[in-house]
Amino acid sequence: MVSSRLRSRGSASPALLLAIFLCLFVAVTVYVFVAQLYPAPPPISQDAVLVDRQYDLTLYVTGSAFVLAQLGLAYAVLRFRDRGQRASFLRGNIALEVLWTSVTLLAFVGLGILGRNAWAGVRFTPPAPDAVQVEVTTNQFIYTFRYPGADGKFGRLDPSLVNAPAGNPLGIDPNDPAGRDDIVVSDLTVPVDRPVELLLRSQDVIHNFFVRELRLQQDTVPGMIIPVHFTPNRIGQYEIVCTQLCGLGHGTMHSHLNVVSQSDYDGFLKRQALVQ
Amino acid sequence: MSSQSRAADDLTRAPSGGPQGFLRRYVFSTDHKVIGLQYFFLALVAVTVGTILSLLMRFHLVWPAAHLPFVPGGIMTPEQYLALITMHGTIMVFFVLTAAPQSAFGNYLLPLQIGASDMAFPRLNMLSFWLTLLAFVVMMAAFVVPGGAPISGWTAYTPLSGLGEIAGPGEGMGQSLWAFSILIFCVGSLLGSINFIATTIDMRAPGMTLMRLPLTVWAWFVTAILSLLAFAVLFAAGILLVLDRVAGTSFFMPAGLVVNGVLQTNGGGSPLLWQHLFWFFGHPEVYIAILPGMGVVSHILANFSRKPVFGYRAMAFAICAIGFLGFLVWGHHMFVSGMNPYSGLTFSLLTVSIGVPSAVKTFNWLGTLWGGRIQFHSPMLFAIGFVSFFVTGGLSGIFLAQPAVDTTLHATYYVVAHFHIVMGVAAIFGILAATYYWFPKMFGRSMDESLGKIHFWLTFVGVYCIFMPMHFVGIAGGIRRYADSTGVAYLAGFQPLHRFMTIAAFVTAAAQLVFFYNLFWSLRRGAPAAVNPWNATTLEWVAASPPPTDNFGGRFPRVYRGPYEYSVPGAETDFLPQNIPPVSDTTGSTEQRHAG
Amino acid sequence: MPVDTVAELLQRGGGGHSGNGAPFGSGREGNDNPGTPQRVYVTGMILALGGILMFFMALISAWVVRRGFPNGDWQPIELPRILWLNTLILAASSFTLARSRRCLVAGRDADHRHWWGVTAALGAFFLVGQILAWRQMLATGLFLATNPASSFFYLFTAAHGLHVLGGMAALLVVGLRSTRRLTLETATRVAALYWHFLGGLWLLIFAILVVER
Repeated sequence: MVSSRLRSRGSASPALLLAIFLCLFVAVTVYVFVAQLYPAPPPISQDAVLVDRQYDLTLYVTGSAFVLAQLGLAYAVLRFRDRGQRASFLRGNIALEVLWTSVTLLAFVGLGILGRNAWAGVRFTPPAPDAVQVEVTTNQFIYTFRYPGADGKFGRLDPSLVNAPAGNPLGIDPNDPAGRDDIVVSDLTVPVDRPVELLLRSQDVIHNFFVRELRLQQDTVPGMIIPVHFTPNRIGQYEIVCTQLCGLGHGTMHSHLNVVSQSDYDGFLKRQALVQ
Repeated sequence: MSSQSRAADDLTRAPSGGPQGFLRRYVFSTDHKVIGLQYFFLALVAVTVGTILSLLMRFHLVWPAAHLPFVPGGIMTPEQYLALITMHGTIMVFFVLTAAPQSAFGNYLLPLQIGASDMAFPRLNMLSFWLTLLAFVVMMAAFVVPGGAPISGWTAYTPLSGLGEIAGPGEGMGQSLWAFSILIFCVGSLLGSINFIATTIDMRAPGMTLMRLPLTVWAWFVTAILSLLAFAVLFAAGILLVLDRVAGTSFFMPAGLVVNGVLQTNGGGSPLLWQHLFWFFGHPEVYIAILPGMGVVSHILANFSRKPVFGYRAMAFAICAIGFLGFLVWGHHMFVSGMNPYSGLTFSLLTVSIGVPSAVKTFNWLGTLWGGRIQFHSPMLFAIGFVSFFVTGGLSGIFLAQPAVDTTLHATYYVVAHFHIVMGVAAIFGILAATYYWFPKMFGRSMDESLGKIHFWLTFVGVYCIFMPMHFVGIAGGIRRYADSTGVAYLAGFQPLHRFMTIAAFVTAAAQLVFFYNLFWSLRRGAPAAVNPWNATTLEWVAASPPPTDNFGGRFPRVYRGPYEYSVPGAETDFLPQNIPPVSDTTGSTEQRHAG
Repeated sequence: MPVDTVAELLQRGGGGHSGNGAPFGSGREGNDNPGTPQRVYVTGMILALGGILMFFMALISAWVVRRGFPNGDWQPIELPRILWLNTLILAASSFTLARSRRCLVAGRDADHRHWWGVTAALGAFFLVGQILAWRQMLATGLFLATNPASSFFYLFTAAHGLHVLGGMAALLVVGLRSTRRLTLETATRVAALYWHFLGGLWLLIFAILVVER
């Protein structure tokens, strides 16, 4: 006989409270997602759209699992609370185990395989040959962008020549003719509807380049030059933020991505060529 | 005389030749139970420190310009904020989530649950604790040295953590002390793991086959294997980091670094190498944090549903699968690190695969509840809470497991929400469930049930209030580890959510005072506890409450059945303890069944 | 404590845990664990070796990664020739250790102690030889931070050498003191496992150092 001291008095209330809370919790969570109360900003490239599609697919699959599992938990604790019944002696059920293991395996691995395309589009395929190339240099705590200028070639860099107060933050070798027309600015300006290739590098510690609307981020690693590419399809100004902890100024390390029309972009290059 | 037929309740509490004197019994003790409690109270101190740090962080996020009396200079600076997050993460991951579930409860209960009198190597065990305590003291010292605590996060990515003082405040002595503390902690953990594994392999009572082990023992066993292999790698990484910092080597430091305008003289190391080594440890580490909790939850769900664990073999196998796969997925922390993108895909597929044994465990927990006779004592409430948190946190991980989706969520508050729900909540609930459950055994007294229920409800609702909104901040692009979010317009828009989360954090932290009060009051004034207050089946409930030095008063149990024989059809009681022989085995004398 | 009851229980249980039948240590005095099988010390050592192996695998994988960098700044170093001699000495010490254990098992205690001492001496020669190798390296201007290859050289040899130092301590303790909890057979077996492991590990490290030239 089960000891009476173990039967909790008023045992309906914890079960009921749990069930109610779990249902409320599920309802609120689902509502926030469905109503898109805190949406990410709209995507501004086709690659970003693919990422969003994969995100949505994942949300449907995991969301369904979330709802079923939490409500299942709520139901189980409510239905099988101690009302004096005898517990059913159930060691397990092989068929059920095989079933839910297979379903889970298919769902999760399926998601992983389907997610390949969004990743491959950005990471496995090189940019178009006529992509606009911009070199991005990060250091504590600013972004510096370098365009190759009219000759289309970047000047040689030498770390020992870095001298920001003297106007050479990147250490461009003055003896390299390719560097004479390089354009160095602190904002990233690119033309709309054209592929852009960024060559990411870092001078001191690991930083990061992240633009929400592009659904693209990449760490910048000292000692490496990491290429990423995108094709923005909407004119506007977007935030560039650093997401990799880089020191005390990490939270203040920002810049802007300006996506402009082709003619505005040409104008920008022309103006900068005069200033540099 | 048939010692087998003595009822478990007859065991006396007389000490069986244990050490005398306060120091030998409670301070320099080789008794696994004392060592387990030492780890437990160390973890309590650590979680208090860690929680205070997080409250300061949350406060700063919402009121950054507030004047704080205890902060040097009055207003918290960005480096002070970053020092808080670094130390919060480090203290919680190592000194709470590794120390409590494994070292505290595992040390206390593993020998009891397998019917042994102590761990295999008691003196090594004592050394493990003292090394862990030393590591904690060294870590705390980082707060008070010039420059303060390090600011590179618990992940200490290089080159930031390898440059020394020029990288920022706290990166001098503070980061060095951090590294030394971690190295000492590694050694303590390694020694502890050897004890756990050897004890489980070689010290089991007669009849305690592997398939009769409680799932807690399976969890501690697999966790110890993970610890042994993972902490060895962290130790290596730490040595290399220390060499880079003090000996001028360049394992992790590339050439051509220009820091604050000064050219560094390093040569050609790789920051990614640190990440690979760190996360090779770091991912198993999170399974080290959660697996014991899973074992505890299975154990408690069975006890309070009065049913066997659904699919015991699958559960044991799932623990092993999670442990094994846990070593193959570290790259999912590095999708945007600059690592080869093809590696990213491989890591991704392996990572989603870990979701399978995790899901199996969740289904089996539901299966354990299903058809049960559920009694909602405090341990059970926390165990049920664990299941809910594990569902939420585990599923949110599926997003992060895919590199394309991770690209938008990496280093945002979404990640912070994910790992807090699985580690900072689920694993903590495992610790709390274990505390409420085994308190009567450890201290011979009962905790207050009403206070336990109040604690559960405040905490359960509270932590969901803290961490669910965090997902939304992350999805919308809120970046983590930012001391100051006012510089970017869209980040400033999250302040209302941050305010809500901060208030929830303070309320939930305050609610833990209920637990502390209950714990310490019950230590002295709790109602005396019976030997087996939960009518449980496993061997720790055979020993007295609290057990004598050699655990079983000289009468070591023999095991006759599996660990979760609840509500067996045809049995008189709704539980059959592991050490009571079957009816047909007793010879003559009155068979003793556990009186209801 | 009721000694006869414990003995009774242990005998009824087959005298061992999990049916393995391994002999129990006799330790009953003071704080001792009343029922620790000798086997567990071997298990413990094997586990410790697993941890040590993982540590060295981490260092070796760091070496592999660093060596494989495409920037071509890896400068192979000239190995001190004494390393070959040291390798022979360490390998020989494994043979003498095995011989010592065989003598113990065969009951020839004096021979056992003799070869045990020879092993310890060879171990000491190995360590001295390693220090000489370091001195040769320093003399050619190769310090810890000079270049990646030299960094790894000192790292590997120092890490291994420290473990050998621990092994020397174990050899001395086992050779000179009688252990309470472990039988001599177990203690020598455990020390031998450690020593042979370090020998094998050195062969691996030495092969790596030789190959990368």
